[in-house]
Amino acid sequence: MNWSDEGIVLSARKHGESAAIVTLLTRTNGRYSGLVHGGSGSRARGIYQTGNLVSADWRARLSEHLGTMSCELLRPYSAGLMTERLPLLALISAGAILERLLPEREPHPETFERFQALIESLGDGPDWVTGYVHWERRLLEDLGYGLDLTACAATGTTDDLIYVSPRTGCAVSAGAGAPYSDKLLKLPAFFLGSTDRMTRDDIRDGLRVTGHFLARCAKDANAGDLPAARAQFVDRLRRDATISGNP
Amino acid sequence: MSSPEIERLVQLLAKLPGLGPRSARRAALHLIKRKDILLEPLAAAMTDAAISVRTCGTCGNLDATDPCGICADERRDRSVICIVEDVADLWALERTATFKGAYHVVGGTLSALDGRGPEDLNISPLLARVSAGGISEVILATSATVEGQTTAHYISDRLEDIGAERGEGPHITRLAHGVPVGGELDYLDDGTLSAALKARRPV
Repeated sequence: MNWSDEGIVLSARKHGESAAIVTLLTRTNGRYSGLVHGGSGSRARGIYQTGNLVSADWRARLSEHLGTMSCELLRPYSAGLMTERLPLLALISAGAILERLLPEREPHPETFERFQALIESLGDGPDWVTGYVHWERRLLEDLGYGLDLTACAATGTTDDLIYVSPRTGCAVSAGAGAPYSDKLLKLPAFFLGSTDRMTRDDIRDGLRVTGHFLARCAKDANAGDLPAARAQFVDRLRRDATISGNP
Repeated sequence: MSSPEIERLVQLLAKLPGLGPRSARRAALHLIKRKDILLEPLAAAMTDAAISVRTCGTCGNLDATDPCGICADERRDRSVICIVEDVADLWALERTATFKGAYHVVGGTLSALDGRGPEDLNISPLLARVSAGGISEVILATSATVEGQTTAHYISDRLEDIGAERGEGPHITRLAHGVPVGGELDYLDDGTLSAALKARRPV
């Protein structure tokens, strides 16, 4: 059994002296791992950096085998991000989330497209952090944990939606949510399509909502906690005064 | 069949990097055939190294003394610290004979995937060294990989925190990424070329 596809490197773990077990998010085959001979050697290490776009050939005698992989570098996205502190953390966070939460060998072509678009946007322009939050939200939809923000879950109204229920992922209006405000998650206006300039609080609230449901997804999938890389990104974001958004 | 002593030698040699069971057998045979000029001196050298080599309590280098020869050298500029991942990187920099400052070996890189956090690396002693004062520059010489640069950014953050607490901190720099000496652009990988373009400087 074999396939050829484009993929983005999610991780490369050293195996033995010079081999590596590389995990890719491929365009048509989903998340796939394979053994790359010489993958952690000095010549090939540059190819297997998180975020790089590669052309991959995978083959195995039986489909359930780990298989071997060989890759050719198409776009060295990681090289452009290495000197940029926050975008690099965002890349690692996104890669680690996909590695942990995306089911293996299940096609997710839209997730691939969005991941590539996210990588291309990292550090580009003032609003790339908002793009990251949107990416996490769309990933939740792909994983079956999409938010329903069309109307209030309690009253059906479409006005004044300012909360998200942490249990159902549905929007809750200000009036219906007031008695439970300490238990509900704050819904940032940009999740509802608002084009007003985002504040740092909006971004923080957005990451809190997506983080809550990503963590639940990880728990349901017996994948443990969210990767530490995401917490590092959120922590760095909190400290960084240069990100988009009014203070 | 060879004796248990030879088998044990082969098994231990096979654990060395670059050697498998076949090459370990060849190496063992080679050593045994040259017992006087190779095997015995090698065994003595290994015994000496096992007894005397230790990790420097200041920088993490390997040497027979603590502090190591580099840390104890009065001629070196101790106000400049070069941070490297591993002792092999320190040796590589020493081979260039261009850096005359001090080092700090952190012992690896941060890795979210492998669950290797700051507490698993030799970072706290570095922060203590910088906090003690007298450091004018810290050079981040971690590898040009995603994990290496993440580690560099993390250390840089912590050093900036120290600078903010003390009112003044060390100047933080990192190694340049780009075209190697003797490299032809046509043969360089895209990542190196794009890094070189980003790091261009006025002539």
